[in-house]
Amino acid sequence: MNEQQLSESEVFLPKSELQSLIDLLRNDGMTVVGPTIDQQAIVYDEITSVDELPRGWTDRQEPGKYRLEQRDDDATFGFVVGPHSWKKYLFPPLTTVSTAEKTDQGWQMQTPEPDSTRYAFLGVRACELAAIAVQDRVFTGGPYIDPVYSNRRKNAFIIAVNCTEAAPTCFCSSMNTGPECRSGFDLALTELDDGFVVQAGSEAGETLIARLNTSEITTSQSETAGQARQQAVDQQSRHMNTDGIRDLLLGSLKHPRWEEVGNRCLGCTNCTMVCPTCFCSSVEDVTALSGESVERKRHWDSCFNLSFSYISHGTTRDTISHRYRQWLTHKLASWHDQFDTSGCVGCGRCITWCPVGIDLTEEVAAIRGNGDSSQSGGQS
Amino acid sequence: MSNAARKPKLGVFKFASCDGCQLSLLDAEDQLLDVVGLVDIAYFLEATSKIGSGPYDVALVEGSITTPHDEERIQEIRQQSKFLMTIGACATAGGIQALRNWADKDEFVRAVYASPEYISSLETSTAIADHVTVDFELRGCPINQYQLIEVIQALVGGHKPRTRTHCVCMDCKQRGNVCITVATGEPCLGPLTQSGCGAICPTYDRGCYGCYGPAKQIHAQSLTDHLIRQGSAPPQLVPLLRNFNSNAEPFRNESNRIESMT
Repeated sequence: MNEQQLSESEVFLPKSELQSLIDLLRNDGMTVVGPTIDQQAIVYDEITSVDELPRGWTDRQEPGKYRLEQRDDDATFGFVVGPHSWKKYLFPPLTTVSTAEKTDQGWQMQTPEPDSTRYAFLGVRACELAAIAVQDRVFTGGPYIDPVYSNRRKNAFIIAVNCTEAAPTCFCSSMNTGPECRSGFDLALTELDDGFVVQAGSEAGETLIARLNTSEITTSQSETAGQARQQAVDQQSRHMNTDGIRDLLLGSLKHPRWEEVGNRCLGCTNCTMVCPTCFCSSVEDVTALSGESVERKRHWDSCFNLSFSYISHGTTRDTISHRYRQWLTHKLASWHDQFDTSGCVGCGRCITWCPVGIDLTEEVAAIRGNGDSSQSGGQS
Repeated sequence: MSNAARKPKLGVFKFASCDGCQLSLLDAEDQLLDVVGLVDIAYFLEATSKIGSGPYDVALVEGSITTPHDEERIQEIRQQSKFLMTIGACATAGGIQALRNWADKDEFVRAVYASPEYISSLETSTAIADHVTVDFELRGCPINQYQLIEVIQALVGGHKPRTRTHCVCMDCKQRGNVCITVATGEPCLGPLTQSGCGAICPTYDRGCYGCYGPAKQIHAQSLTDHLIRQGSAPPQLVPLLRNFNSNAEPFRNESNRIESMT
């Protein structure tokens, strides 16, 4: 059944039933991952109970700054996105991709069994659905399918949540990825005071709805949900002008702004680590002291690392400004050539989690040469 | 060093230091016998009183140069050693004792020793590389024993050691740590500091102390200017930069710059 054949109708799930949703998924053998408070932030981790969700909390974000705050209501999903993304489950930071043992018959190569965990992601935002779709293209779109990613991805059940608020760092509207969840989910929820308006996005989602105690939604509930979703649109104050952005950036490789931002940039990799689409990794062989066995490990890497562009004659991108330019031009320009999409989904993580608050929307606006950031980028 | 017929001869030498880095090797426990099997330990006073003579294929040097005698001894060790590797923050940057470089050394000597006239020491504590050519530096206070074993293994096997040079932030992110500076405002040296510890301090909710010293091409001023704009007081940042790697050039220069602001 494809998405067009799904019932368009939405149902109402009372808040008291959210635990049933988690229980059903767990009983079906899934590991439920959702937002929870840890280390003074809302992160993604395994949850078993609604009590672990950040009910009554929100996040205040600005460039280089994140603070958790109590809300004056009991909203369960009254925040945007935090330092973690679903990438850590689909494309884990460290994986053993192969092993080799020395035997009497020579070296025996082996590929580890694929991870059999079936994840249910609860609370995936529209920008994150877009990010998963981008990584789908990266890891499974070409002739080489990444087995680690594709195995985890095909098993994943996605419960999206429509944003009802936007942080000052959000700019998904500019990137045309949100804030409303339109595709790529099994279920999508919009939170109301006493429950959720639930929409199915797949057959599996419809089946799950049928197992929950839902009711038909009233016109007023439907209208309230629509208004809540609109609020996330209206609250967006950050913009990025993407008109001709590929040619703009690739035609501005000598722009003095690269040097300027390169002096502020720490080269610390934080933006690439928190980015839900950045996919770079390196592999290294870890040999046992005995010399009898080897593990080939893949770990997240970053174009901000000096070693990342190290080749036979030395490091290709030997200054931070060159590495920043590489990252931004790949993300916003050459990504289009490579994957037929932008690499940016407008989630704002790289802005918030940059230790010195570098804001790519401002950098693009500066390169565009338009001082009025409300028109071309930055915050209005 | 891939001569399979003869095991490389190893010497471990100590200058001004706490011995913690040498102990990292002895602490290797499960792997110790395998490591010992790879090399011929000729000089390692912390481990054995049996002293073999040089020259050495590999010299591990711990500690900083703080006395006139140290200055002579390191030259001798360099002459006796094919491959000289420093281990730890004292040897690579001067250690915590380099704080004397900003103070009156004689005042310290008078405060510590009952008979200061017997003490002969230099005005400064400096890195081994300030005195002789160093072939490889292993950072940390203390060093990471797995990195040490990796380097010894690489030397013996003739391959490049896997001692990565990214900054602590990447380790934090890969562990799922939330950035302390962004989420709480607490200063952290992670963005300036080379990896090696696996981001221990931020994992336990403390900012990074910079034990592994400055990463390459860091922009220390960008971070400190931002921390000051966010409310950190310059006098709070000076001691943060003047820890175990205070005399590493980027930390030294930046701490001097901030100090001059106050």
